Amino acid sequence: MSEFFQQLINGLALGSILALIALGYTMVYGILRFINFAHGDIFMLGAFAGFYLAPKVATVLPTPSIWTGLAVMGISMLICAAIGIVIEKLAYRPLRKRPKLTVLITAIGVSLLIEYTCQNSHVFGASPKSFPALIPSYPIRLGNLSLNSNQLIVLGVTLALLFALRIIVLKTKIGMAMRALAFNPEAAALMGINTDVVISFTFGLGSALAAAAGILFAVNYPSIDPLMGILPGLKAFVAAVLGGIGNLPGAALGGVIIGVTETLVAGYISSTYRDAIAFGILILILLVKPSGLLGKKEIEKV
Amino acid sequence: MNIRHAKTFLLGAIVLSFLVSLGANHFNSYWLFIAYDIGINIILAVSLNLINGYTGQFSLGHAGFMAVGAYTAAVITNQFGELNAVFSGAVFLGALLAGGLIAAVAGLLVGIPTLRLRGDYLAIVTLGFGEIIRVIFQNMNAVGGARGLSVLHGWTNFFWAFGFAAVTVYVVTALVHSTYGRGFIAVRDDEVAASAMGINPTKYKVTAFVIGAFFTGIAGGLYAHSKQFITPGGFNFMQSIAIVVMVILGGMGNTIGVIIAAVLLTLLPEFLRPVAEYRMIIYSLLLIILMLTRPQGLFSLRKSPAK
Repeated sequence: MSEFFQQLINGLALGSILALIALGYTMVYGILRFINFAHGDIFMLGAFAGFYLAPKVATVLPTPSIWTGLAVMGISMLICAAIGIVIEKLAYRPLRKRPKLTVLITAIGVSLLIEYTCQNSHVFGASPKSFPALIPSYPIRLGNLSLNSNQLIVLGVTLALLFALRIIVLKTKIGMAMRALAFNPEAAALMGINTDVVISFTFGLGSALAAAAGILFAVNYPSIDPLMGILPGLKAFVAAVLGGIGNLPGAALGGVIIGVTETLVAGYISSTYRDAIAFGILILILLVKPSGLLGKKEIEKV
Repeated sequence: MNIRHAKTFLLGAIVLSFLVSLGANHFNSYWLFIAYDIGINIILAVSLNLINGYTGQFSLGHAGFMAVGAYTAAVITNQFGELNAVFSGAVFLGALLAGGLIAAVAGLLVGIPTLRLRGDYLAIVTLGFGEIIRVIFQNMNAVGGARGLSVLHGWTNFFWAFGFAAVTVYVVTALVHSTYGRGFIAVRDDEVAASAMGINPTKYKVTAFVIGAFFTGIAGGLYAHSKQFITPGGFNFMQSIAIVVMVILGGMGNTIGVIIAAVLLTLLPEFLRPVAEYRMIIYSLLLIILMLTRPQGLFSLRKSPAK
């Protein structure tokens, strides 16, 4: 039984990271109706931003400490928010009125561009890098359970970010504009909402969350490389679909479900199948309930 | 491509590839293997074009079908030792067709449940299936698992590669120009209108998927017997993307353009070898710029369909 709880905690830590990435997918999909394939790469850029920032921050703040972790995460979130906004401006905005397939292919192109540019030896290089210890890590024993303080920090930071996101979306003016745009873009524009600003903000917000996920992932699994974003990105997308794409609590729920299922399967059945689990869940959910667990059914009008 | 000359083209291409294969010993073997790659990539791109281009179903899992064909054909031919020319030809043909058929069955299994989905969802689900197929091969110890499988016979030659390329081009062209085949284009252009005209979109989509998967499986078999070593990792997401790029560059639903793109994109890496590190950066930039400026593809005269 204690092994089960052990796996559950591991799954929750992984799941909350996936949930943070999934939120970015779901917000962008809710407003623009397209899959931002490059979102997983923003997650990777977040981790690398942390890697290069850590030594600089360490000259100012004592390391490892929780303050270093928060400072690195904050700056990395800002950097990635800017990158997300720039990508949207350059690559996606000119295509907004084009067929969806064109935008999807462009997004794949942007994703490949980021991955291969970062693999270039003049940028990050293809070999994995070991992520520095930003925060102090302690083993915690709880009865039969042996936890790591990092896992608890991942859970705590994720909850705090989810709470902050909830406040932004539900209580602020720009959050209201985001919801209006997701509901009906034309009507929102007619009501005087500046669509471009709201879309930029959405991309920035999603990218910042992905960056935070990147830092949390790197703190927990301290080996980072330019292709590390591909699989978590795809799994997070599955999480977004599972929860009902366009639905924020759904994305968080989906992330946790995928993370826990994957960890349990890896722990009890076979670790070589772990990467196939998310896709199996995706196919199942699309066959049984394509609108997702918490999503509303959309009626297609001719 | 003009359909009336298609049969002449088919025969001519097969005879020509046979004649060239007789003289293959006189060629530089390095360029010969690149020529096989060109033939294989033409099959892959033209068969994907039937799914992505003519039927409008964006599939990102083509490498999975290729893996099925490659492993099936390789397992069959590995049962045989050294054979004389005629018998080995018969065994190879049988193995390739078997690989194609199993891949087509995989296409059917993937197609029936997923083809109710559209656009983005279909792309992701086919990608997922491609990855699942790869993970299954990775766990199959009978075919070497993640370590890969040695293919004993290097039977792929000019004749097989370009013969099958010609057959693929012929079948796809003849199909989309037939009365039945117009249905593929109708489904792409407007699914609702097509079904109002009595066309069953799901049936057409599944047909396109099965035929596409069949030829992809054959290409996989040819690939296995050209490289003589296959690993599940060789049939990953990137391989699927590489085929998709050929189709997009050539222009979706434009067979000639797709063939030109397949040839160019196979040759380009050889000329870009000095700047190999920048190759994929150039590809991805090309893809983005193409989508921003010429979404109908480089070699297409048709305007992109307005939505």
